[in-house]
Amino acid sequence: MTINEKQEEIIEEFDLFDDQLDKTQYIIDLGKKLPPMPESTKTDENRIMGCQSKVWVDAELKGDGLYFYGDSEPTAQISKGLISLLIRVLSGEKPEDIANADLYFIPRVGMGNLITSLRAGGLASMIDRMKAFGRAYSTVRQ
Amino acid sequence: MQPAIDNTLDIQQIRQDFPILNQQVNGRPLVYFDNAATNQKPLPVINALTRYYEGYNANIHRGIHHLAEQATAAFEASRRAVQEFLNAKHWQEIIFTYGTTDGINLVAQSYGRRFLTEGDEIIISTMEHHSNIVPWQMLCEERGCVLRIIPVDDNGELILEEYEKLLSEKTKLVSVVHVSNSLGTINPVKTIIDKAHEVGAVVLIDGAQASSHIDLDVQALDADFYVFSAHKLYGPTGMGVLYGKKEILDAMPPYRGGGEMIKEVTFEKTTYNDLPYKFEAGTPNIADVVAVKTALDYMANLGKENIAAHENDLLQYATEQLNELDGLRIIGQAKHKIGVISFVMDGIHHQDTGVILDQQGIAVRTGHHCCQPLMHRFGIAGTTRASFAVYNTRDEVDRFVTGLRRVQKMML
Repeated sequence: MTINEKQEEIIEEFDLFDDQLDKTQYIIDLGKKLPPMPESTKTDENRIMGCQSKVWVDAELKGDGLYFYGDSEPTAQISKGLISLLIRVLSGEKPEDIANADLYFIPRVGMGNLITSLRAGGLASMIDRMKAFGRAYSTVRQ
Repeated sequence: MQPAIDNTLDIQQIRQDFPILNQQVNGRPLVYFDNAATNQKPLPVINALTRYYEGYNANIHRGIHHLAEQATAAFEASRRAVQEFLNAKHWQEIIFTYGTTDGINLVAQSYGRRFLTEGDEIIISTMEHHSNIVPWQMLCEERGCVLRIIPVDDNGELILEEYEKLLSEKTKLVSVVHVSNSLGTINPVKTIIDKAHEVGAVVLIDGAQASSHIDLDVQALDADFYVFSAHKLYGPTGMGVLYGKKEILDAMPPYRGGGEMIKEVTFEKTTYNDLPYKFEAGTPNIADVVAVKTALDYMANLGKENIAAHENDLLQYATEQLNELDGLRIIGQAKHKIGVISFVMDGIHHQDTGVILDQQGIAVRTGHHCCQPLMHRFGIAGTTRASFAVYNTRDEVDRFVTGLRRVQKMML
């Protein structure tokens, strides 16, 4: 599936919920299913600054695809769910596609309030970091 | 004249004065519990701002035309209103600033740089807002002064015995908060001031949180400086007050240069204006200064004691309700508190709490509340904080508690 196909899939899933709280619950539940990130990769280098909670993202190139791993401190479950959504959309894609991705699913799933609430840097910094990984690995591959 | 305590404030009627409260947020009626950050503005204050701009906007003091006279009169009437509000001895002791932070910086930069030298000590406390830490750190760095910190006990009260141990002939300045923004603790500032005066130190009281909840009397307190912001007492943002004793302000050099603060300027020498104008360089925030008088009148009409009694009722009620929730721990259990409740919940990040409450139309503040050293003291990264104002109700507390139960249900 391409990045955009995955985004369409997520938009459809969120369309099932009318209520913001149900969407948030869904995000929390997604977070609970996020595979754990190796403790050794939860370094200061991989930490996303500017979030109220501690959040880490790491990436690894396997073949053509760039794979992401992420986590938040255990109590920050919404952040963890948002990481899980971003990983689902971007992980395994080509670095240049990640670097150029238009993540239109975020406003479309009606998480606007959530994102505003997390404007303490959280989500935007997370996306910036993932795209930066994409750019860095595109250069490496060239 | 202050009305007697009647505890019969008609809160529903008062709510009509605050149009912003009458709205839906995320499909639910707004519950605004972020009053310690800034409280909402009543119609008379909003109207005072509009009236100023519609009717008599002009630059003040030196204009000879009608509008300038009107604006000047209103601006200076606000100064007298603040003088009365604080029970200051002289109107010249009221300096208009841009807020509490601005007032503290003024004292640090003017008084501090003139009168403090290497080895002098400044005492603050663990529960200070960053605004009452960083300006002193900057001064210490520049002048070689030393910062001393009054510790806080597990209830969130200052340990006064430790404060007394810190005081010495080296102590030149004490700067403490009247009411903690993150814990709600009301500090015994009169005792703190008296003890500081015994060693000859001057005292600044940060009244940002106290000003809308506690009756203020700078003469009875014998405070040397008292600072607060208008936006935390139902007034406009971007406007604050520095009170200083006249003899101290007179001895202080101007902090900023520009218009208004001068008597005569030549390229050889400039002579400075008298108090309070010496500290009010540039065109001030005229409209907001004018409107602060309306805010003070509004509070006086309700009666500050009545407001405090109502908020205390909400505090007691909310504390009881929150204590019913499993895994919730209130941070700050001082004997004397204003209507501020800070808490943490087991297994739940305060940021998530804030997001899910917001989705239920409930506005609270989460994080370190600009008090990182205090959060470290309690071994936490932050709290969720609910803070009350005169227009809040027990029904809203109920909705808040229900909202928190929902948070727990979703998270645990």
